[in-house]
Amino acid sequence: MSGAAGATERWRAWLTSEAPVSVRQARLGEIYRLVTAFIGHPLAVAGLAVVLLLALVAMLAPLIAPFPPAAQDLTIRLHPPGAAHWLGTDELGRDILSRLLHGARITLGIVALVTAIAAPIGLAVGCAAGYARGWVDAALMRLTDVFLALPRLILALAFVAALGPGIGNAALAIALVAWPPYARIARAETLALRGSDFIAAAQLAGASSSRIVFRHIMPLCLASVVVRVSLDMAGVILVAAGLGFLGLGAQPPAPEWGAMIAAGRKYMLDQWWVAAMPGIAIAVASLGFNLLGDGLRDVLDPKR
Amino acid sequence: MIEARGLTARFGATAVVDDVSFTVAAGEAFGIVGESGSGKSTVLRVLAGLHQDWSGSLVVDGAPQECHRSRRGRRVQMVFQDPYGSLHPRHIVDRALAEPLAINGIADATTRITLALRAVGLDGAHRFRYPHQLSGGQRQRVAIARALILEPALLLLDEPTSALDVSVQAEIVALLQALRRERRLSYVLVSHNLAVVAQLCDRLAVMREGRFVAEMTVAALRAGNAEDPYTRELLDASRGYRRRKTS
Amino acid sequence: MSAPLLEVSDLVVRFGASDAVRGVSFAMTRERLGIVGESGSGKSLTGRSILRLLPPGARLSATRLAFDGIDLLAAHEAEMCALRGRRLALVLQDPKFSLNPVMRVGDQIAEAYRAHRRASPREARDKALAMLEAVRIREPRHVYDLHPHEISGGMGQRVMIAMMLAPDPDLLIADEPTSALDVTVQMQVLAILDEEVSRRRMGLILISHDLDLVASFCDRALVMQQGRIVESCAAGALEAAQHPYTQRLLAARPRLTAP
Repeated sequence: MSGAAGATERWRAWLTSEAPVSVRQARLGEIYRLVTAFIGHPLAVAGLAVVLLLALVAMLAPLIAPFPPAAQDLTIRLHPPGAAHWLGTDELGRDILSRLLHGARITLGIVALVTAIAAPIGLAVGCAAGYARGWVDAALMRLTDVFLALPRLILALAFVAALGPGIGNAALAIALVAWPPYARIARAETLALRGSDFIAAAQLAGASSSRIVFRHIMPLCLASVVVRVSLDMAGVILVAAGLGFLGLGAQPPAPEWGAMIAAGRKYMLDQWWVAAMPGIAIAVASLGFNLLGDGLRDVLDPKR
Repeated sequence: MIEARGLTARFGATAVVDDVSFTVAAGEAFGIVGESGSGKSTVLRVLAGLHQDWSGSLVVDGAPQECHRSRRGRRVQMVFQDPYGSLHPRHIVDRALAEPLAINGIADATTRITLALRAVGLDGAHRFRYPHQLSGGQRQRVAIARALILEPALLLLDEPTSALDVSVQAEIVALLQALRRERRLSYVLVSHNLAVVAQLCDRLAVMREGRFVAEMTVAALRAGNAEDPYTRELLDASRGYRRRKTS
Repeated sequence: MSAPLLEVSDLVVRFGASDAVRGVSFAMTRERLGIVGESGSGKSLTGRSILRLLPPGARLSATRLAFDGIDLLAAHEAEMCALRGRRLALVLQDPKFSLNPVMRVGDQIAEAYRAHRRASPREARDKALAMLEAVRIREPRHVYDLHPHEISGGMGQRVMIAMMLAPDPDLLIADEPTSALDVTVQMQVLAILDEEVSRRRMGLILISHDLDLVASFCDRALVMQQGRIVESCAAGALEAAQHPYTQRLLAARPRLTAP
């Protein structure tokens, strides 16, 4: 008993030590500090829990779903939530719970794809524009303005018309309009940071511009961009759902949540669960990302 | 070490530094005293190559400088005023000191870093800390160590003690005095505090609204021989407040 | 021996697990008291505790905290609001942050006045102009219409003083009032403060890191270190202080004349 408690104490003392003796200890200690700060915000932890649950469900969907998502049984169509089907069945007799669980994969997949494309582009463009100033800044910002001016759904429609519908193309279309705000944020942070003394010191040491941007400025902009990304997740999920609703995202019989709502539209009055269940799922996921974003902002926002 | 003639620096249309000329011999410590808005920090930034909009002639360490060429090489380094802003908040001390060495391809990083920290009165315990785990005085020492790790000949100091507590100021001033003696550095020190300038420098200039209004040796300053009225005003003010004896 | 204007007994300010102010006790009449210390000494928090204006997360406790006989610890927020400004004033360090950037400076003084006295807008404006003159601002009518970003630091601090003195308070707490100003301007602002405090016979608590300033400006001085008072003496006797910390502070001052 005392052994375990003693070990935990030693670990904690090692991590919170004010005089680390190695790079590893310093880095881990910093991470520990951020994690403890994060845990102090109950709502943020709730958001993280929701997101992690979503990820877990997405990963384990084939194992935990009670029925195959595409299994139709027209004899039990539009059954209300009950013992056999916890969330009821849809118009083709498919189990809604199983479809929701598999749909989590699609939702998370789209979110991950959009983030992986939009965030690095936005960060790079913003930091480069903010540090270089002059015509580079002007050119990049006008490019950003062009993309900002395009409404997401219209662009998605145009894209899909050109390349055909599907999850990948939908994600690409969303990413293309998601990156400009990140560029703006990164640029604003860079403008504030480039006059700092530590940047001047790096310049005096002979650091090249790319070294300064990538190793000094970007890590500091990362916090704001991460926060904005997590707050945007909710919006991305909703746009993906919207595209699915229009039939432009996932194609049937893929259990994408937006497509499920579209299909359930007809039965909303009498068999409300067909549309409401995926709707609730979207709301919960969006809320989770929102809370997580708020929590991250409180923890990462540099208020030295 | 430095020869400046007719130096004029602008921010947009306004001339913040107006026709300033001075020389600093190798191994000498030169002070520039002035209040806020006098342009003294801008002079330093021009010397460092951090401010590009200037005209006039400037020779630093034997090399004539041009305003578009912003790199001064390793021979000129700078210590900044705000110890909280002069270190990257996410880099540990070890990284802050290793970076100049890595950029300039200097080997033996660990040895040099340990020596640099020791030279400024810090020990290995501070090597892996983040800036927010250090006190103001310790951060300033790290900043000095970083400036010295490339073994410059000229050190530019922008109000190095203004943001520090009084007792820490005295330690940093003593450290800077010792380092100058040991390494035979040249200093250009900018400050609004006459006493700090008097302790660290050999000669000084008083700056007001972009121009040098007086130049003198520190000995003359201590003796209070100031002809220029503004300098006399500064000397008077630095003596402290004289309370009006009202009944 | 007149009744003390301010009584502080065993003041403790706690942030989470640590104490920023650890059992500070002192009393003052209508005199000038200086509190000297370095950063982290708790001097600013002590000043703000009197006004009960502490940052969120701070917990205040004391055996006694009384101003002119009024128990400040037991007072409700409404009573404190009535005291703050009207009888207890606070001048802060940097007018850039303590003045409202979107209001004209004259209006800010007038507003401060009207908050505590029944006055028509016209009377408040006249009073504001009179205060601007009292702090030796040369064109009061012109400066009245300016915004804080249009005036210099020294002028801003004078406006701050005007604003705080307009309701004619009994005790002024000045927290590093001249630290953000240039040296020559400091002298001017201190002269104004000197004159006003003497003329109105106010009590003054001057909080500063500058030993010399406190020694010359105040009647009595308290030296604080890490939340405690380590020295309490007449201002003139500071040079001969006994406590090692005070002696260290005295020795650390950069001297212009000594080689």
